[in-house]
Amino acid sequence: MAKPFTPKVVTANALIEGDVVYLAADDSWSRELSQAELLEDEAVADERLLFATAQTETVVGVYLADAVAGDEGPEPTHFREDFRRTGPSNYFHGKQSEGSAQSAAPEQETQTHV
Amino acid sequence: MYDYTEFDAAFVAERNRQFRAQVERRVAGHLTEDEFKPLRLMNGLYLQLHAYMLRVAIPYGTISSRQMDQLAYIAEKWDKGYGHFTTRQNIQYNWPKLPDVPDMLDALAEVNMHAIQTSGNTIRNVTADHFAGAAADEVADPRPVAELLRQWSTDHPEFQFLPRKFKIAVTGSENDRAVIKAHDIGIHIVDRDGELGYRIVVGGGLGRTPMIGKVLNDFVPQEDLLPYVEAIVSVWNLLGRRDNKYKARIKITVHEHGIEDIRARVEERFKAIRPAFTGIDVQLFEEIKAAFAAPAFREDSTAVYETAYKTDPIFRAWADTNLAEHRAPGYAIVQISLKAHGATPGDASAEQMRVMADIARKYGHDELRISHEQNVILPHVHKSDLPAIHATLKKHGLATANIGLISDIIACPGMDYCALATARSIPIAQEIANRFDELKLEHEIGDMKIKISGCINACGHHHVGHIGILGLDRAGVENYQVTLGGDGTQDAAIGTRTGPGFSADEIIPAVERIVYAYLELREGPQETFLQAYRRVGMEPFKTALYEKAEAYAAE
Repeated sequence: MAKPFTPKVVTANALIEGDVVYLAADDSWSRELSQAELLEDEAVADERLLFATAQTETVVGVYLADAVAGDEGPEPTHFREDFRRTGPSNYFHGKQSEGSAQSAAPEQETQTHV
Repeated sequence: MYDYTEFDAAFVAERNRQFRAQVERRVAGHLTEDEFKPLRLMNGLYLQLHAYMLRVAIPYGTISSRQMDQLAYIAEKWDKGYGHFTTRQNIQYNWPKLPDVPDMLDALAEVNMHAIQTSGNTIRNVTADHFAGAAADEVADPRPVAELLRQWSTDHPEFQFLPRKFKIAVTGSENDRAVIKAHDIGIHIVDRDGELGYRIVVGGGLGRTPMIGKVLNDFVPQEDLLPYVEAIVSVWNLLGRRDNKYKARIKITVHEHGIEDIRARVEERFKAIRPAFTGIDVQLFEEIKAAFAAPAFREDSTAVYETAYKTDPIFRAWADTNLAEHRAPGYAIVQISLKAHGATPGDASAEQMRVMADIARKYGHDELRISHEQNVILPHVHKSDLPAIHATLKKHGLATANIGLISDIIACPGMDYCALATARSIPIAQEIANRFDELKLEHEIGDMKIKISGCINACGHHHVGHIGILGLDRAGVENYQVTLGGDGTQDAAIGTRTGPGFSADEIIPAVERIVYAYLELREGPQETFLQAYRRVGMEPFKTALYEKAEAYAAE
């Protein structure tokens, strides 16, 4: 039996910078998971995935990632997606350092480089 | 050191020119990602979790101070001010932007470096003993062999689309510091009655199916090396499983066909291709060897060193752990630890790179090495210069006295960077190092190699760690499996799994229980962890890991 569908977001990396990006409901690409469109219907998710995959001049490595609705938009269900939306845990680099409203950044040890 | 010939320089410049045009076409939308991906991978450019990653080859781990300075410059200009040295003697930049990469490659070419064949199903950077040319126990310097192989394998038309990647390592010492038995081909320079030749080991590898390499040939004469290695790769190129990438590496081919069958096929292929090698390769080898001639070692008093050793306990602790025996009297090999407690294993800031380059220029005959253990080596240092070197290193967070100790951990980038990872490696390494530093136990524990991989591909060499840690995703949670008794030396062994894995919170206490069990059962400080494990086996450690944990939980 096929697994029941769970909500998803469309995510990828930006072609030029390599940054993690998410597809928003207005067809734009956001750097923030909270701005992503949460897809609760499988047929719609497939359609949005096709739409995103076709944008080869903007993004790379498009896929559907599991997410759940949170108070401030979609949130990850898996730790990999949590790292993708935050950045590495050894340095305060990546999204967490870009002031991109990462209030949800996990409490983990960060260090500046010596 | 080997300097690029006109041919080398022209080849790299042409590849860079091509790649610049390919990037331009990709950005302009004339190439799709499917078309572009194989091109970028051939030039060492990956797409990772948060960004692109550029992997730059450091052939046989040898670089000059000028090259190290350039690596620092690249880190500052196009990345975030640091670089990550890897277990294959490469350096990785974690944050390049696609349009900048052609400029980064041009900057590398200025100092005879490139990122070609650091990815893809090709022959990768040829690695070598990081003490090459300096070690007291060496029969011959392995780097000329590695350089010959680099030239032969670079853009070799037959080997650009192999069944899978292919890794070669070379050592000139009986004490294997290059993990040759865990490579597709391991080459060991041997002396047979005054004649130098090669013992060829084949079919080693880590990853999801770890294997220790088998001896294919006990003695290949020097003049037969290239045709013999070419015969091996050629046989595998045809036999290797292209239907299943998990079975494509030569270790599986050797396993499925048996070493005898592979040996017969290689001999047959060797006979067919040998006549095509007319001696130009041997002539080239002689020219290359001249480029690796030892520097002029000086004769000088070591009194300054001896005084510092007697009077400065911090210097003495560093000298005891971080120096190795050099073949020239009065000289030492310096190992600079990139494993300061709590730091990311293998990372160096641009400033640290410049400091190391400066020291090499001033005191080290202009040579540096990157070890597969993710440290930096100054291969030729006169002992009288050691106190000054140590003082400089100390100022820049580079004087950690922990080479070969429990905090000198190999760790892959893991899920902090790598798109393939199933769990994080770096924070586990940081926590273990910090914990044992707090306990002030690491010198008492002695020789201990912890190696951590964040997925089954085993870039962190966990299978050959005395304690190996493998990070996995178990039902959406990071979980760490432990293996014991691995060994990456001439006595290579694959570690044995202890049992069920541990969560990220449990893994540090688990390592502690293993270490305390060892300290209790060892016959004295002279018995290393690995020796003790070989004597007593897995059981006492299993008990410490699982039964004692339950006992603590029940309390």
